[in-house]
Amino acid sequence: MNLLSKQRRLPEAADQHHDPRAPISIHDMTVAYHRRPVLWDIDFAAEEGRLIGIVGPNGAGKSTLIKACLDLIPKASGSIRIYGKPYKKQRQLVGYVPQRESIDWEFPINALDVVTMGTYGKIPWCFPPRKKHRTAAYEALEKVGMAEYAHRQISRLSGGQQQRVFLARALVQDAQLYLMDEPFAGVDAATESAIIALLKDLKARGRTVLVVHHDLQTVKSYFDDVILLNMRIVASGPTATTFTEENLRKTYGGKLTLLVEAAEAIARGGQENR
Amino acid sequence: MTWSWQGDGTVILVAMLAGCACALVGSYLVLRRMSLMGDAISHAVLPGLVIAFLITHSRGIGAMLIGAVVVGILTALLTQMVARYGKVEEGAAMGVVFTILFAIGLVLIRRATDHVDLDPSCVLYGNIAHIYADAFHGTPVALKNLAIVFALNLVFVVAFYKELKVSAFDPGLSSTLGINANLMHYALMILVALTAVVSFEAVGSILVIAMLIVPPVTAYLLTDRLGIMLLLSVVFSGLAAVMSHLAVIAFPVWFNTPIQPDTSAMMTVFAGLFLAVAIVVAPRRGLASQAWQHMALRLQIRREDILGILYRFQEHLGDETAAAMPTEELRRIFGHGPLTSYALRSLRRRRLTVKIGGSSLALTEKGLHRAERLIRSHRLWETYVAQHSDLPLDHLHEPAERVEHFIGPRLETALREEVADPQADPHGRSIPSGHPEKND
Ligand SMILES: Nc1ncnc2c1ncn2[C@@H]1O[C@H](COP(=O)(O)OP(=O)(O)OP(=O)(O)O)[C@@H](O)[C@H]1O
Ligand SMILES: [Mg+2]
Repeated sequence: MNLLSKQRRLPEAADQHHDPRAPISIHDMTVAYHRRPVLWDIDFAAEEGRLIGIVGPNGAGKSTLIKACLDLIPKASGSIRIYGKPYKKQRQLVGYVPQRESIDWEFPINALDVVTMGTYGKIPWCFPPRKKHRTAAYEALEKVGMAEYAHRQISRLSGGQQQRVFLARALVQDAQLYLMDEPFAGVDAATESAIIALLKDLKARGRTVLVVHHDLQTVKSYFDDVILLNMRIVASGPTATTFTEENLRKTYGGKLTLLVEAAEAIARGGQENR
Repeated sequence: MTWSWQGDGTVILVAMLAGCACALVGSYLVLRRMSLMGDAISHAVLPGLVIAFLITHSRGIGAMLIGAVVVGILTALLTQMVARYGKVEEGAAMGVVFTILFAIGLVLIRRATDHVDLDPSCVLYGNIAHIYADAFHGTPVALKNLAIVFALNLVFVVAFYKELKVSAFDPGLSSTLGINANLMHYALMILVALTAVVSFEAVGSILVIAMLIVPPVTAYLLTDRLGIMLLLSVVFSGLAAVMSHLAVIAFPVWFNTPIQPDTSAMMTVFAGLFLAVAIVVAPRRGLASQAWQHMALRLQIRREDILGILYRFQEHLGDETAAAMPTEELRRIFGHGPLTSYALRSLRRRRLTVKIGGSSLALTEKGLHRAERLIRSHRLWETYVAQHSDLPLDHLHEPAERVEHFIGPRLETALREEVADPQADPHGRSIPSGHPEKND
C-alpha cells in the first residue's frame, strides 16, 4: 500500500498539518479492515473544551473512528495528533468508554475494581494500586451515584448502572480528552440526564469530550459540535450550523426522511418518545 | 503398600507442583475464554520437541523448552492470524492450528523414532512411577524443573497481577493505559507452553489439559473476586494431588485388587469431582443455592400469607385484642405440607405469632405491625391498579396477592403518593395507616 510507505518515509512532515493546541486532530486518515476501507479521508480538528457528538447510521464507522484514535486498530494512511503529539506519547491525556458489547460481564470483578483500573496508567508496572487510587475510584463511583454498588459483581448491575461504572472509570482517568462509544445506549432518561450533567461538568473544567450518539433528537441540546459520519465525514462543525436536515439526509441516505418524519410526527403530537 | 515419605511424598509434591503451576496460568486462559488454548498448546508443542531433538540429538530439557516456547508462540500467532484472515472464531482457529501442528509433529517423529523409543502411554500419563523410583536416588529432575516452573508462574501472576487483570478484562483499555495487551497475551502463552512441557514429562498430557482448565473453572464458579479465584484454583489443584495419591494407595485395599491406578489419572478424576460439587453448591450460580433461594422465597411468601389471613380474620371479627385462629383451619387453607408447618414454626420463633389455648394462633404486636404493612401494600396496590386501569374489581385481588410480598418501603411511599393516601381500597376496606418501616 503506497499510502502507508509514504507516511513511513515522512514521519515529521505530518506534523505541519496538525494544530498543536487541538485536543485531537486527524489528518487525511483512512482505516481499513482486511483492505476494505471503512473510513475514508478523515480530516478533523477538535476545539478544546467542547462536547462533540459523532452521529451516523449503524456501520458508519463511528466505533472504528474511536478505536483508530486510540491506536487500537491500524490506520491505512493519515495521522492523528493529541495536543500536537502522537497518541503513544499522550496516553495519559486520553480517557475511553468502550461500547457495552465489548465487555465480558461475567469476569470476576466488582464495580470498584473496574473503576480502579482507570488509575492503572498512573501506577508503575508491577505495583499494586494504593489507598489513594482506591479512594479516587470510590469518589468517582459516588459522583455517578453508584457508591452503594461498589462491591457488586458487574453482571449483577443493570445496563444503566454498568454504563455509569464505565463512566466513573473514565472520570478517574482524569484525562483531557474523552472518547466515549455510546454511553447512552440502553440507559433510562434519569441516567441519561445524570451522564449529560457529568459531561457538562467535564466541559466546564476545560475537558474535551467526543461522544458517539444515536438519538438524533437530543443532539442539538447536548453537543456544541457535531461530526456527521458515514464512511467519510459528511459535515462537521458547530451543531447549530452543521446539524441540518440537508446534512442529515446526506448522512443517513434514504432512511433519514422517514426518521425525520417520524420525529416530526412525534413532535406534533406533543409527546416525547422516551 | 506401605507409605514412604521419600517416594510417596515426592510423588505428591510433583503432582502438586504440576497441578498448581497449571492452575495459575490456566485461570487466565479460562478468564480470556480461551480454555482450549491449553489443549492446543499442549498438542502443538510436539513438533517443537521433535525438531529440537532432531537438531540437538539430545533430550536435554533446555532444548526441549526452547522448542516448546517457540512453538507455543507460533501457535498463539497462527491462531490470531487464522482467526483474522480466515474470518473464523478463535476456537475454530485454534482447532485448525493445533491439529495441523500436532500432525506435523507426528510425521516428524517418524524420522526421530530411529533414535528414540516413544511410549504412548507415557505421553498420556507421564511417568510418575519413575519419579517414585528416582526419589530414592536424590532429588528427581522432574521435581526440580516443576519447582522452577511453578515459581516462575507464581512470580508472573503475582508481579503482573494488575497488568494481567486489566489486559484480560479489557484489552482496549489496557492498551490505552500503556499496558500492551498483546504482550501480556504472548507472555501468558509462553508460560503455558513451558508449563505444559515440563508437566508433561511428570504427569502426562491428560492431567496437564485437565489441570489448566478444571480447577480454574471450579474456582470461577465459587467466587467473583479474581484474587480469590486464583487462590482457590491453586488450593483445589493441591488438594486433588494429595487426595488422589492417597486414594491410589488405598485403592488396592478398598477394592481388594493388586492393581494400583495411576496417580495422574486419579488426580484428574478428583479435579472433576471438585468441579461437580462446585456446580451444585456454588453461591448464586450453583444449583443448590438457586434451589435454596427459591425455597426461602416460597417460605417467606407462605409466612406472609399466614400473617395476612390472621390479620383479615381479626379485622373481620372487629376485635382489636388478639383473636385466635385454630391452627387446623390454617393448615386446611394452606395445605398440610411441610412448607406450612415450617412457616408456622418460624413465625412463632420470630415472635410474630403466639399459640393460644394449645391449638390456636394469634398475632403478636410485632406480627400485627408486619401484617399491617403487608395488607397496606396489598390494598395500596389494588387502589393503584384500580385507578390506572379499567379492570373489574374481582380482577384486583389476585395480582395484588402476588405483588404484596415484593413491595419495599420505597415503592410503598411511591404508591402512597401516587394514590394520594386514601383511607379505603376499591373494595371499601380500610387501608391500615402507619409509616413504612424498614424491610428486612
Ligand atoms: N473487526 C472487524 N473486522 C472487519 N470489519 C469490521 C470490524 N469491525 C467493524 N467492521 C466493519 O466496519 C464498518 C464500521 O464498523 P463500526 O463498528 O465502526 O460501525 P459503527 O458506526 O460503530 O456502528 P454501530 O452504530 O452499529 O455501533 C462496518 O461495516 C463493519 O462491518
Ligand atoms: Mg459502534
